[in-house]
Amino acid sequence: MTYIRPNFRHPALPRNELGYTRRDYEGALSTLCAGCGHDSVSGAIIQACFELAIPPHRVGKLSGIGCSSKTPTYFLGRSHGFNTVHGRMPSVATGAALANRELVYIGVSGDGDTASIGLGQFAHVIRRNLDMLYIVENNGCYGLTKGQDSATADVGSASKKGVPNPYPPIDLCAMALDLGATFVARSFSGDKRQLVPLIKAGIAHRGFAFIDVISPCVTFNNTPQSTKSYDYVREHLASTGTLDFVPVRQEITADYEAGYTEEVTLHDGSVIHLYKEPDLDVHDRHAALRAIREHKEAGRILTGLLYVDPDSADLHEVLQTVKTPLRDLTAKELCPGSRALDAINASKR
Amino acid sequence: MQPLASVNEFVIRFANVNGTGSASANNLFAKAVFRMGVPVSPKNIFPSNIQGLPTWYEVRVSERGYLGRRGGVDMVVAMNPQSFAQDLACLEPGGYLLYDSTKPLDPRYRRDDVQFIGIPCTEICRREFADPRQRLLLKNMVYIGALAALLDLEFAVLRDLVGEQFKGKEKLIAANIHALELGYQYAAEHYACPLELRVARADAVGDRILMEGNDALALGCIYGGATVAAWYPITPSTSVIDAFEKYAKRLRIDPGTGDHLYAIVQAEDELAAIGVAIGAGWNGARGFTATSGPGLSLMSEFLGLAYFAEVPVVLIDVQRAGPSTGMPTRTQQSDLFAAAYASHGDTKHVLLLPASPTECFEFGALAFDLADRLQTPVIVLSDLDLGMNDHVCDPLTWEDGREYDRGKVLSAADLDALKERFGRYLDVDGDGIPYRTYPGTHPEKGAFFTRGTSRDEYAVYTEDGEAYVRNMERLLRKFETAKSLVPKPEFRPARQETREGVIFFGTSTPAALEALDLLAAEGHHFDALRIRAFPFTAEVEAFLEAHERIYVIEQNRDGQLRKMLIIECEVDPKKLKSVRHYDGMPITARNIAGQIRALKGATVTPLRRKKTG
Repeated sequence: MTYIRPNFRHPALPRNELGYTRRDYEGALSTLCAGCGHDSVSGAIIQACFELAIPPHRVGKLSGIGCSSKTPTYFLGRSHGFNTVHGRMPSVATGAALANRELVYIGVSGDGDTASIGLGQFAHVIRRNLDMLYIVENNGCYGLTKGQDSATADVGSASKKGVPNPYPPIDLCAMALDLGATFVARSFSGDKRQLVPLIKAGIAHRGFAFIDVISPCVTFNNTPQSTKSYDYVREHLASTGTLDFVPVRQEITADYEAGYTEEVTLHDGSVIHLYKEPDLDVHDRHAALRAIREHKEAGRILTGLLYVDPDSADLHEVLQTVKTPLRDLTAKELCPGSRALDAINASKR
Repeated sequence: MQPLASVNEFVIRFANVNGTGSASANNLFAKAVFRMGVPVSPKNIFPSNIQGLPTWYEVRVSERGYLGRRGGVDMVVAMNPQSFAQDLACLEPGGYLLYDSTKPLDPRYRRDDVQFIGIPCTEICRREFADPRQRLLLKNMVYIGALAALLDLEFAVLRDLVGEQFKGKEKLIAANIHALELGYQYAAEHYACPLELRVARADAVGDRILMEGNDALALGCIYGGATVAAWYPITPSTSVIDAFEKYAKRLRIDPGTGDHLYAIVQAEDELAAIGVAIGAGWNGARGFTATSGPGLSLMSEFLGLAYFAEVPVVLIDVQRAGPSTGMPTRTQQSDLFAAAYASHGDTKHVLLLPASPTECFEFGALAFDLADRLQTPVIVLSDLDLGMNDHVCDPLTWEDGREYDRGKVLSAADLDALKERFGRYLDVDGDGIPYRTYPGTHPEKGAFFTRGTSRDEYAVYTEDGEAYVRNMERLLRKFETAKSLVPKPEFRPARQETREGVIFFGTSTPAALEALDLLAAEGHHFDALRIRAFPFTAEVEAFLEAHERIYVIEQNRDGQLRKMLIIECEVDPKKLKSVRHYDGMPITARNIAGQIRALKGATVTPLRRKKTG
């Protein structure tokens, strides 16, 4: 095995509309365990950004602490990343997004980082409807500290240690729906066909887009007794239906399958094509919560787009911030000058 | 017992029940004296409560300009039965006590050496005003009116102030002025006015202003270009953000669109508050947070990240009495350790130590330049006394055309012109400060990963011990560089040559300077040094070197500044004597002078001259 990634680029590599190849969206070589679900998620992010033709340096990558939070190093090497402190990525993302509204923000977190130490910050970034894509790479355990159960582990699920987990799990999608998240989806790291269009739609969505990705831990939680193992997840997967994402710039061509049952137009004009059961309504928060619960009771993991509200007001709209990124404002715009100060002095006499 | 006699030099204390509208009336009194050209120093002494508990407002009137607390009270306006005994007891012999004589005075409360002045405030209001709420509020104006007669305040000044306060609300103005007049008339008819203790118009204010430190700090943030404010409510820092919002709404609105040139986030807790500010700093905006002791503790982990990952951020800590929840509405200077060395591992942070609202404004703006230049957290340490009380101070000034120092930031063009490989943590200039890039600057160059883990000069993760040590040593070099950038201390020589000195900072300043005058009158002379920042600059080291014995005056139990001087400057601990006060009330001149006298008396050095005062 080599740690050096070749610079060779095949001249026939496909290019996106900005002229970049998929390679231009890659990052450093992953140091995660071979077969880790997280690497598939990184691959899906790379694929989505490439297909969306986002300039590869115009993304802010943020994460907390843990295996999942290491992954922003492994995608989009031309973008700045910020590996913050454990469970606190949402607040740093909030400040970053306020500073410059023109970048795309992708936060990657884990089930420990989000459902335990960061549960409070997760709840409040949802309430703020921050314009970002928030991905949880959910494997039901703490990988980096060798396999302790996390708060998303199901009751009775056992990791490598073999002790069944006694505590009820937190369902992050249900929680996000309950707190008013405006885009909620669940997916599986092994299902790129579903995950890539979800990531694209989540990036295009204005407001807080949440994707809970079941991403098995091959080393500590891939046992026959685990409900987050590859085998278990594959066998118990259910889906709200497949989807395609059609960016705003692109004419709809034959590349996309015909026969979609619904289309959702996002705030920027891009479109999600849904191929789903006719009785599923992705605009009904309560229906989504009900569907999650019913599938869980039947022993199934419901994946796919669960809910979307394409017209919500994001934090910038709520705060009525200026269109120019705040970080680009200079003393000329920001400093009121000596005359205003004289008037304030006069009012204090 | 002769009643106290003094013109323009006295202390008056108002004792009220909180939530009864006394604050604005008492403030009116202080402002009226100030308008008459006499310096004042009001102190709010308030409970951690919204309604029903005792609250005090102590005003020192001093034409000579002594604006620290003096100690002792010459007149009490005793409007709170709960605290009456205590309020009577605090009076100096010969002092005056003004009480509500609607009910007769409780015979248990007598002092032969005190002048009792009864004004039937409640009865007057009951007679004159129909609305129960108005009766309650205007009772305060009745005693202010009585004080105008007793202390010879200019009634026209009071009338102007009421007019300004209730501008546009004519009915309120009329009712308030009527209440003032009723109090004035009653006092004038029943007592020999004015008293021997009184105010007379003077010319001792000049162009100075009366302002709260928190208000000034918020303005400093506005002028310093802060665009992202994130906070969690906590006394006594809340009014920093309140004022920031007030000024931003007035001064930071795009005239064309009405859009905001700022963002304020009330976060879920202090951890998130500083996280937001750090996120903004990482992405090139000027972010800050304001908090107090408990918040500072919660922010420690993030401060370590910003220190190690080198992200600019400004933290305003308006200190209150700790530890833990402590006394949330009382003042202290006890967060020095917690701020200077916040977070685990080897960390040090830049501190700015303002002593007046003028300096709050200047340091508020300067903090952002320093944070950007040094790529590190800058902590402004104010306190409750400075933040939430009005202080007479020099007017705020700003040099038009002053640009912000955004520090070492490479643009896309800079990156294109760069011949070598960009190293985010490479010490190119030898000052320990590396170059940074904002996210999204260049399509191919300058991106890096910011992390709290160890990395090499090129921001690549490493567990190599040598690379780690190189980085930690560079951070120390950067801290050395900070010494040349932070505000220098203020030196005040003694009137006579001396080998003894005093060191103090922040709100200990006015009381310390007054104490030095008291001691000088007794023949004890001290050079004085007011420290204005950490790291300690060369001037601080020179002062320590030049004096044989130094009294370090501060408002905490453990002598934190003294210990920091010992640690950082490696000075002989025996040389530094500790003068401490930490009961939550601002330190007084009498207290400082007393402690220094006692410490001097305890030494074997004989007095060189006789006491003169």
